[in-house]
Amino acid sequence: MLVKLVRLPTSVVEKRIIWIYVNVCVLLQPDSNLVKFSDYFKVKTMSGIIGKKIGMTTIFKDGEAVPCTVIEAGPCVVTQIRTEENDGYKAVQLGFGEKKEKRTTKALMGHFKKADTTPKRKLVEFKEFEKEFTLGETVRIEDVFIEGEYVDISGKTKGKGFQGVVKRHGFGGVGQSTHGQHNRGRHPGSIGACSYPARVFKGIKMGGRMGHTNVTVQNLRVLRLFPDKNLILVSGSVPGAKNSIITLHK
Amino acid sequence: MDLIKFVESEYSNSRAGLPDFKAGDTVNVYVKIFEGNKERIQLYQGVVIQRKNFGTPGETFTVRKISNGVGVERIFPVLSPSIDKIEVLRLGKVRRAKLYYLRGKHGKAARIKELKK
Repeated sequence: MLVKLVRLPTSVVEKRIIWIYVNVCVLLQPDSNLVKFSDYFKVKTMSGIIGKKIGMTTIFKDGEAVPCTVIEAGPCVVTQIRTEENDGYKAVQLGFGEKKEKRTTKALMGHFKKADTTPKRKLVEFKEFEKEFTLGETVRIEDVFIEGEYVDISGKTKGKGFQGVVKRHGFGGVGQSTHGQHNRGRHPGSIGACSYPARVFKGIKMGGRMGHTNVTVQNLRVLRLFPDKNLILVSGSVPGAKNSIITLHK
Repeated sequence: MDLIKFVESEYSNSRAGLPDFKAGDTVNVYVKIFEGNKERIQLYQGVVIQRKNFGTPGETFTVRKISNGVGVERIFPVLSPSIDKIEVLRLGKVRRAKLYYLRGKHGKAARIKELKK
């Protein structure tokens, strides 16, 4: 509908303005056709950025208390550019966080030297972007996100150690402490039948190591950006402990 | 931690007009009530039985009162924009920070001595 009226925008600024406009229209008329288009006008200078979890706090927005996470994201450095010819796909590798030179392997040092940067703690490839990047270029938070948009955040969760089925898989436990039950309140119960199949099936939920896995939380709202301090404020919680590295995707 | 303080300082600015009160004090809380577009102010009076997460933006306090013979407790975020004003009516002399023991007491037993300075 809107696409027919205006020519397809090319510049980033144009796209950003139209994206905001479309979103305002969507807010006013939630069931209009514009919902489909709103994604198209989203600026994809870069599809994501790497950051560090700083911690959580509460803010008041429109009279409501919103739990939110503070993330220090960027500035990231372009450390490698993947091209169709060389690698078969298009991507940009970003580096984030400082690392000591003596803790970096020589092979990686050579990699960083090519981009003319210091050693970085984390390297991540991002695929969707609408800009030509050069090696060693910095990507900042304000180039990637705008306030009010939604991001997916992935990181490594806190390790919980060896946990039983109640915590790890949400089993209910026995649920009562009488009727002959004395010390099996949090046990899994039966894990299979007897002489047939005479074994335990693969994938049966049991106790074991929990946490320290990659988890993505989807659709967290960007509440505010602080470009001077490289900070981004998102609503809700984010996987991992404080100071752990996370990646933010659109 | 400093970066969190920085973010909080961008938001929490209403702490300035806040009176000093703690558990045991009797307070008047002026609560803004929104009815459609209209806004009016309702008074809630009672004894503060706790203040939680002191000094953080998530800080709350609980006010207990007896309404028609039924105990009512209301929890307010200290920095909540819907609080118009807090008035301290009477300072209480208590020996603990959380007065949960008031919940089991009625009438004369639930009195709190006044703190005289």
